[in-house]
Amino acid sequence: MSDLMKRFTGWDAAILAVLVLFVIVAGLVVPDFATGRNASFMVLDLAPVLLIALPMTLIIVTGEIDLSVASTLGLSSAVMGALWDGGMSIEVIIPICLVLGAVLGAVNGLFITGFGLPSLAVTIGTLALYRGLAFVVLGDRAVAQFPGSYTEWVIGSSAGIPNLVWPLLVLLLVFGTVLHATPLGRSLFTMGAGVDAARFSGIRVARTKFWLYVVCGAVAALAGVLWTLRYSSARADNGTGLELAVVAAVLLGGVSIFGGRGTLWGVLGGVMLLAAVQNALRLADVSNEALQVVTGLLLIVSVLAPNAVGAIRSAVARRRRRPPPPAPAAPPEPLPVSSDPSPSPAVRSS
Amino acid sequence: MDQVPLLAVASVAKSFGAVAAVRDVSFPLHAGEIHALVGENGAGKSTIVKMLAGVHRPDTGRILLDGRPLELASPADAISEGIAVIYQEPTLFPDLSVAENIVMGRQPRRSLGRVDHRAASRLAADLFVRLGVAIDPGRPARGLSIADQQIVEIAKALSREARVIVMDEPTAALSGVEVERLFAVARSLRDGGAALLFISHRFEEITALCDRVTIMRDGRHVSTDPLDAIGVDEIVRRMVGRPLDTLFPKREVPVGDVVLEVEGLSRAGVFRDVSFQVRAGEIVALAGLVGAGRSEVVQAVFGVDPRDGGTVRVGGTVLRAGSPRAAMAAGIALVPEDRRQQGLVLEASIERNATSTRWRSLARFGLLVGGAERRSAAEWTARLQTKYARLDDPVARLSGGNQQKVVLAKWLSTAPRVLIVDEPTRGIDVGTKAEVHRLLSDLATDGVAIVMVSSELPEVLGMADRVLVMREGHLVAEIARSDANEESVMRAATGQVAA
Amino acid sequence: MSTPTSSRVAVALRARELGIVLALVALVVVTAVVNPLFLSGQSLRDLVLAAAILVVMAAGQTVVVITRNIDLSVGSVLGLSAYAVGSLLEAAPGTPVVVAVLVGIVIGGALGLVNGALVRFGNVPALVVTLGTLYVFRGVAFLWAGGQQINADELPGGFLAFGTATVLGVPWLIVIAAVVVIVTGYVLRNHRSGRELYAMGSDPAAARLAGIPVGRRTLAAFAVSGACAGLAGVLFAARFGTVDAAAGTGYELNVVAAVVVGGVAVFGGSGTAYGAAIGALLLTTIGSALPVLGIDQFWQQAIVGALILLAIGTDRAVAARVAARLRKESSRV
Repeated sequence: MSDLMKRFTGWDAAILAVLVLFVIVAGLVVPDFATGRNASFMVLDLAPVLLIALPMTLIIVTGEIDLSVASTLGLSSAVMGALWDGGMSIEVIIPICLVLGAVLGAVNGLFITGFGLPSLAVTIGTLALYRGLAFVVLGDRAVAQFPGSYTEWVIGSSAGIPNLVWPLLVLLLVFGTVLHATPLGRSLFTMGAGVDAARFSGIRVARTKFWLYVVCGAVAALAGVLWTLRYSSARADNGTGLELAVVAAVLLGGVSIFGGRGTLWGVLGGVMLLAAVQNALRLADVSNEALQVVTGLLLIVSVLAPNAVGAIRSAVARRRRRPPPPAPAAPPEPLPVSSDPSPSPAVRSS
Repeated sequence: MDQVPLLAVASVAKSFGAVAAVRDVSFPLHAGEIHALVGENGAGKSTIVKMLAGVHRPDTGRILLDGRPLELASPADAISEGIAVIYQEPTLFPDLSVAENIVMGRQPRRSLGRVDHRAASRLAADLFVRLGVAIDPGRPARGLSIADQQIVEIAKALSREARVIVMDEPTAALSGVEVERLFAVARSLRDGGAALLFISHRFEEITALCDRVTIMRDGRHVSTDPLDAIGVDEIVRRMVGRPLDTLFPKREVPVGDVVLEVEGLSRAGVFRDVSFQVRAGEIVALAGLVGAGRSEVVQAVFGVDPRDGGTVRVGGTVLRAGSPRAAMAAGIALVPEDRRQQGLVLEASIERNATSTRWRSLARFGLLVGGAERRSAAEWTARLQTKYARLDDPVARLSGGNQQKVVLAKWLSTAPRVLIVDEPTRGIDVGTKAEVHRLLSDLATDGVAIVMVSSELPEVLGMADRVLVMREGHLVAEIARSDANEESVMRAATGQVAA
Repeated sequence: MSTPTSSRVAVALRARELGIVLALVALVVVTAVVNPLFLSGQSLRDLVLAAAILVVMAAGQTVVVITRNIDLSVGSVLGLSAYAVGSLLEAAPGTPVVVAVLVGIVIGGALGLVNGALVRFGNVPALVVTLGTLYVFRGVAFLWAGGQQINADELPGGFLAFGTATVLGVPWLIVIAAVVVIVTGYVLRNHRSGRELYAMGSDPAAARLAGIPVGRRTLAAFAVSGACAGLAGVLFAARFGTVDAAAGTGYELNVVAAVVVGGVAVFGGSGTAYGAAIGALLLTTIGSALPVLGIDQFWQQAIVGALILLAIGTDRAVAARVAARLRKESSRV
């Protein structure tokens, strides 16, 4: 248990505290914030971000990044719409979309681990490519009228708890367990903090990263399916810009952009905080545009804050450690007594 | 030498946290001399170099140039004072041309402040002529051999009219011919009135090149003498500061069956056709100069590096190439050369580092819960008498010796049949060195086959049952313990034919 | 041995830009064969005009990418600058065009400085910082505009004329773009500060050891990129006459693509503003050629993405081969 306590100190705890504080204040100040109906909406809003944040956390922990997730979501949505329009049954379409997402992720993984290209550049490329393909597939059309049983389940709830909570919870537990309690999770942290040390410990760095991208693609595609069902509308531009919210939430959750550090519980806090802030601002009639500013600022603050804290801490430590300034032309101090038994022949030439 | 020295290191001291790297060191450096700075790893030589380079500032004491105290706050300050440092791994800009690397920051200019590329090229070409080397000033620095990169660094120093040139183990990665060329350049710089500080581990180079030698040990100055007044044996004695024979508790162990068989191992441009066998209970040393390809061979055996050809067998079974995991499964462990990069994740905890090789065997039903890692880490660090405050502390907080013990714990916990150690005692204190040597002996007694790569001859001679010597990527000699001495090993390593 | 190595390497490097030029020529030829009208004066003029804005931004981005950084906020900077200049002209129609241009440049430069300061003092990767400011700047533009749109009839005629006016028969936009590219390329190649930017991107640690003022240069690089995007905002307003807060949305992708396709290494240290300009021209030409070739316009963005992947993949492969050759030819004594 003490182990668990330790895990919740530091950034994670700070984020959770801020989250709780924010929810309390917003509940008091913003009308309609603290209602069950609003909570359900919030779950629907944060679902795609949380979903994609799960594999994204693992990827960032290894020191890489995937900016193409929102485009993968869009392409998955577009393909879903095109196939539905073509008369295919939804039970076939959904698996096809998930496989497609895995393939898109595999393309990222191949460029990054196979050809050794930087993940940032590759996924900026696929960000454009996948979104472009989404438009190629569906153009600027929207496909609607997905089967009611599916769309209603996605937005529905039972016993006051939104249906989506359950699959999200299961995935959260799966990813959390993998990251924090399995050999695989340990090796992700290791390769993020030191690639060489990881390789020399027998960790298969390239292969692991490749599969992370595959999983990330599949999960982003799943998010695309849910997005389409929630709004009952398949469009090529679905989820545009969502990668920002995902990366912001992950970094806000205390995951280091340089890899090697972070927890999934912190990321959960980051996602919820982001969702709560956006939701409260929206209820308070703040425009969508202002929300963009807030999201962007949160992203910048979340990467600046740990560095600033570290800089302040080390500055304080340095001040404490700094020895008194050397007296000019001080006489040579007598040599400290050596622990070394042998005579030390201090022959100085002159 | 009564005149004011060109450069004087005066009672400097430098600590990193609780570790005193340099304590009260003074020595003079005169114009027109090549001055050797020697000491074991961890003696504080590189800290002195970094102070001269403006990377570290001394906590106390001063550096004087022409008797005037210097305030070196940054590398730029050192450069402008005419102090040039040539590192073992030069720091060139790979994308820029050689000429541009030389003139960076002080490019010749034409009207309107335009950089005169042609003049820069001419300048570089002139410098190369003066140094007697053929390097194309127009080519990018990427792809230059280490030797050529050093020459470019020297040319850079010359172009800035540096009067003090510090060379930090410049020959470590050079071939014999390249060393000769470097020495010729160094001598001509000396004759031109520069002061050179030359750091090296190779005594034959020091005696061939240097005029005086300063010896350091455990961060302290031991002595400064003209080289012709002091013999190599005396230098070694002062560096080590203790009789050599007490260090190596090598026991005679009956050797068992062949465990590791390496046959015809090759990697283009790195090593060629390397074959050897190691038996249970045996300690086989892999000796040779730095850059001879020893680490590369053991890394290929372990599968971290690729190989082009050859086979590795453990207990008769052929090992899959390029797979550390297969090597581990077969019972090979590799304690790598670079502890801080390859051996450990410095920011991770002692527990994480000590267990990173065996998470899969510690997991129950695939899960790492219930403190199995903690127990394993506690057990193995205790066995190796590692000193630490808490297992959760980042391993970076430990001393070099204790860090090495964590690396050893990490690998010994896998119960290896073959233990490969690469420079196992580099940069660790004397007491821990002895512990590591005792540990290796104990392991051999228990029947582990041990391959030890080491650049420290006394360690090689003290520990090994057999010495394999590599030179320029080839295995050139196998010397039995009874025939192994400094002379026979160094001869094979440097390629001098026995008289 | 010196000359053959250097000339061959130089050829290998120049071949990078030559390849793009050839691709551009091939594309134009094929398109012209399909529809000869593609080569008409009016069509070519439209093409180059359309490319001018992208070219200006690509030149600025080159400066940042060479230092091993990236500026994703340029599209938003363009939007903010365009709306600011539009508002200014709406309020004070008498403002000379030169002043409007300068205002755009100053606004962009200031926003660029914000990016640079965050990167330098925050010690944060440029990617994350500029991804954040991409949204912050865009959000600010939206908040300011509040859904308003500035239409052509609200802008002074003199300014709109600037969007189409010519000097010696060449449109002003093209002249400005050419000047920006040439000046940027020239400074990068021929000035100490420019050479130091390459050094920083080539090896940041070595740049510090060599005494290069890395922090100041980083600030300057981002300021230049911002200023170029700000200038692009003015050009945008002049060319299209209609400005809202969404101006330039998504341009960052095209700019990054143009730079990367034009041979500027994403790992920093090499590439030229000229290459980036040719990359921008190629991307714009693809956009214009698609309808002529009967290819759905929706392919445009997918092609941009594919070109980015192709460019970085090719560069990596070529770099590996050149490095291997250099190593082999490295002087042995």
